Amino acid sequence: MGKHTVYFKNKPRIIGTFTVAGPKEGKSNFSKHVHAILDDDKFGEKTFEKAECKMLSFAIANAIKAAGKSPGDIDALISGDLLNQIISSSFAARDFDFPYIGIYNACSTLSEGLALSAALVDGGYMKNVVTGTGSHFATAERQYRYPLELGCTRPPQSQWTVTGAGAAVVSDTGDYPKIVSATFGKVVDFGVTDANNMGAAMATAACDTLISLFEETGTRPEDYDLILTGDLGALGSRLLKILLEEGGFNIEKNHSDCGEMIYNIDEEEYQGGSGAGCSAVVFHSYVYDLLKKKRINKMILIATGALLSTVSAQQGESIPCVAHAVRLES
Amino acid sequence: GCLLTGLGVYDRVGHFAGGGSIVPITGFANSVCSPAMEFRSEGYIFGMAAKMFVVAGPIIVFGVSASVVVGLIYYIVGLFV
Repeated sequence: MGKHTVYFKNKPRIIGTFTVAGPKEGKSNFSKHVHAILDDDKFGEKTFEKAECKMLSFAIANAIKAAGKSPGDIDALISGDLLNQIISSSFAARDFDFPYIGIYNACSTLSEGLALSAALVDGGYMKNVVTGTGSHFATAERQYRYPLELGCTRPPQSQWTVTGAGAAVVSDTGDYPKIVSATFGKVVDFGVTDANNMGAAMATAACDTLISLFEETGTRPEDYDLILTGDLGALGSRLLKILLEEGGFNIEKNHSDCGEMIYNIDEEEYQGGSGAGCSAVVFHSYVYDLLKKKRINKMILIATGALLSTVSAQQGESIPCVAHAVRLES
Repeated sequence: GCLLTGLGVYDRVGHFAGGGSIVPITGFANSVCSPAMEFRSEGYIFGMAAKMFVVAGPIIVFGVSASVVVGLIYYIVGLFV
């Protein structure tokens, strides 16, 4: 056991997943992998916040079904999202009767949730834990940026927050993709102050966690079929590769980024998708499927989070970031 | 401005026009209308009415202050001329 890496001897497995995404995500090439695409980004609700909550709740309920379980079998929900006081998760948890463990690490919540679920299951404390996260373009804009109809232009380094949610059930039995270890990240602040350029801010945290992972596990990038980052976007991914090269690691051949995968390149999404829902939608659909079919056998999932708030940005603070990694095997 | 904002078209104009359509005074209606639309879900008083000037507020504050300063200078200079 290294300083950051925790090994799961009993290899908790992901036995079922479900993803849901909004209309814009439905128009991309990636949409064919998503379990459910909405044609209304309010999901029949009055406000976008209620819609985001409903999407998360929907993903959780269907992930439990996909796992072949009923809500009575679930021991806990570990979930978080981008809204203040993580209301999407808390209000989604209201729909269920199992204990709720709310977490927050911005867009890194996906891997944080998987790591914590795996720890609870591997330690024998719980048998079935459901973990989920999501985001919504409208609620993120409202909270972090400008009103939706404001006519200002977006800078080229910005990303588009994904409207989507994904959930998975982590359990102790069954022949399914396994979580073999987790490498928890520390907070890294590169001094980036531009709230539109989160890719650059997060790349340093991703680099730090990956180097810890490689050094502590004694592995190299070439040992993995896929190294998947959450939402670094095109610019952040390039920066990550440069930073890792400086550390002596080359991820050129097997790196992919969920933010770059979720939208088509010709759409005007600048650096690609972002948001906690981005990595959740991409991983819990397409990538999980690749693991199940054993087309990928060893991978690292490393979601990155920018830990700013509207207040911190206005007070002139730079953007501290964190990245948590989990290693998965088919 | 408000009509285009209400129809959801102003942000597309801004995308095309760049800085031209968002600077005051052209963009003023849009900067008041868009938060008004956005925050209606929090109620008419504490949502819409309170947050209506969240983008345009600084323009009003500094615009009025600047005009007070200019007015004072004009008055003082006028006493000597």
